[in-house]
Amino acid sequence: MTNISLEAMDGVRAQPYPGAPDNWKRFFTFSTDHKVIGIQYIVTSFFFFLVGGLLSMIMRGELISPDTDLVDRTVYNALFTMHGSIMLFLWTFPVLVGLSNYLVPLMIGARDMAFPRLNAVSFWLIPVVGVLMISSFLIPGGPSQAGWWAYPPVSLQNPTGNLINGQVLWILAVAISGVSSIMGGVNFVTTIFKMRAPGMTWFRTPAFVWAVLAAQMIQLYGLPALTAGAVMLLLDLTVGTSFFAPERGGNPILYQHFFWFYSHPAVYVMVLPVFGIFSELLPVHARKPLFGYRVIAVSSVLITGISALVWVHHMFASATPSWMRILFMVSSMLVGVPTGIKVFGWVATIWGGKIRLTTPMLFALGGIINFVFAGVTGIMLASVPIDIHVNNTYFVVGHFHYVIYGAIVFGIYAGIYHWFPKITGRLYYEGLGKVHFVLTFLGTLLTFLPMHAAGLMGMPRRVASYDPEFAFWNVLASLGGFLLGISTLPFILNMVSSWILGEKAGDNPWRAIGLEWLTSSPPSVENFEEIPTVIAAPYGYGSNEPLVAANPNPGLIQSTSFLIQSPESEVL
Amino acid sequence: MTAERAIAQDVEASVRQEQEHNEADNSKFGFIVFLLSESVIFLSFFVGYIVYKTTAIDWYPLGVTGLDVSAPRINTIVLVSSSFIIYVAERYLHDQKLWGFRLFLLATIAMGSYFLYGQVVEWRSLSFGFTSGLFGGTFYLLTGFHGLHVLTGILLQGLMLSRSFFPGNYDNGFFGVEATSLFWHFVDVIWIILFVLIYVWQ
Repeated sequence: MTNISLEAMDGVRAQPYPGAPDNWKRFFTFSTDHKVIGIQYIVTSFFFFLVGGLLSMIMRGELISPDTDLVDRTVYNALFTMHGSIMLFLWTFPVLVGLSNYLVPLMIGARDMAFPRLNAVSFWLIPVVGVLMISSFLIPGGPSQAGWWAYPPVSLQNPTGNLINGQVLWILAVAISGVSSIMGGVNFVTTIFKMRAPGMTWFRTPAFVWAVLAAQMIQLYGLPALTAGAVMLLLDLTVGTSFFAPERGGNPILYQHFFWFYSHPAVYVMVLPVFGIFSELLPVHARKPLFGYRVIAVSSVLITGISALVWVHHMFASATPSWMRILFMVSSMLVGVPTGIKVFGWVATIWGGKIRLTTPMLFALGGIINFVFAGVTGIMLASVPIDIHVNNTYFVVGHFHYVIYGAIVFGIYAGIYHWFPKITGRLYYEGLGKVHFVLTFLGTLLTFLPMHAAGLMGMPRRVASYDPEFAFWNVLASLGGFLLGISTLPFILNMVSSWILGEKAGDNPWRAIGLEWLTSSPPSVENFEEIPTVIAAPYGYGSNEPLVAANPNPGLIQSTSFLIQSPESEVL
Repeated sequence: MTAERAIAQDVEASVRQEQEHNEADNSKFGFIVFLLSESVIFLSFFVGYIVYKTTAIDWYPLGVTGLDVSAPRINTIVLVSSSFIIYVAERYLHDQKLWGFRLFLLATIAMGSYFLYGQVVEWRSLSFGFTSGLFGGTFYLLTGFHGLHVLTGILLQGLMLSRSFFPGNYDNGFFGVEATSLFWHFVDVIWIILFVLIYVWQ
């Protein structure tokens, strides 16, 4: 037997696998293994997802009746500000960075990210951001009340007069989150450009990797603009400069430009990896190659380009001149082209495929349906007349929650379920997963669809009390919100119990094609015994063409037979 | 078991070798990506400056009519020429001439420090402050933020100078020096744009 057993490799490397029962402590250390960091990101951000969700349920509790009865107005302002900030900076961004961190090196056949220590520093800044954000509840005056946009002059009010106020903590937290994201961006871009396995040309690189690259390039060109705006806002707030303070001659509109120049593309930073997840999942669970793989891959980069030219559509009602409105209306609608290409490609991928309705597939399909709906309302909002009409109403809230919850969170769930066997080496419970999907899908529908109706009737956003004529839709949305809260319980139960007690998954339970499925589950510390040489394009379902020249893990007998139906795969 | 162990160690060794080879290359690429990203912050400040200058009603604070260019011009010449000096230092290092490298690096540090000194002298001579309207705010923001970068560059050069005395410091290539030099050119280019915007365009 010439195979090197995995135990022997372990002995040499003296590091047990992540996920092994005896080494859970590794997740609490400054580990530089991209897989440990990925799990750290995912679990930490999920905690903040629960915190942000709790805040939103308090808000929905307030809004279940038209009067201000549950919380004070100022508390309500703080709640929506922190809900938005936590959900974006502490859940959606980091959880996707976590998934990308775990998957990108595996998918491109690398042993780790390009800068493992920088990677660990990026992660450990996230808890700091979380502590800063949440500690603003404990200081006099409470958290920022200016919304996650922090528009001046509201964000410059500082009612307590203290130097350490909610808004200052908010800016510091966002700045640290920005530092973490820039480090991550540099790391991902370098990893994807420089560390792809031999033979992995651009058009042999998985669509998910393309999407992560496109998303991280947005971070690199967009985030510095927000940083510049945040520095100026912080100086206005603390030193007393006059950049954005109108009473001192400043220009608050300029802040809006800085803010949205990053924060609109930021939506694509979040949604692009989710597009990547859809593109990876559908071929596996429909047993067909990804339709139009090259076009889907390139359309990610197209989105990166177009997304730099659309930000003013958030400012149609901010005294924007009409030539600018028309220009940005057209550019915003152009985003529909590359995203439409992707949706077309996904539909064509599952068309006539052998579809397995597993939990990840259900979440992916549900996510695509929600995304199409969100895309339609997005085109509506991009058109100036409709936007002026529904500006700052619940229609906008409904639209972007359909994007962020309906598409992005669904995609995150899909990704977590799909790669759970790879990450933990165990199978999740399919039944619980389906319960989770049904609750989440119904909850999303019930929460966010009524918001569109309330918004079209004219209900403004960011209010703690409202006219009783909106009550019906708000009761529905509140019930849906509580349902979404409940929907996380089967997920948590499923993840925890199956990680501890779940059935062993084997290396490739989905019989998927991809470099990450050619290594063990969970992968060993440096992923592959030998760096694989890629000889074919990805998604070779239905053809007998091998993906790599030689098995990168000669120690694993199972993974050589990934095209042969093994008894294990029958389970699914 | 011992044979397996030997094979595993071989694999390990080849992996390490390959990694060290790639590391410097990756670092350089990553550093350039970082600088490109960093330049967007300056770009945003520049755009802010242009917008304020062209739209503000009271651009200059009371009693201010403009900036004196003569001292900043000398400062600019010193900073721009220091970019050539650090390039010469880098060439010396590539030719394995350590003392030439140290001498020219020290000269760069001196010129950078002179620039910072000149900046402080200019700041102290001005009649307006950070909170004196949009002009005061943007002036100190731009020059201060750039000054922080100059300071960072000088600290990096000091680090490179002291590390050049460690034996075996250049066994893995010159990435640190290359990055320091690149950073210095970056700071230099930013200053040229800044000088044109603030001092030339009055």
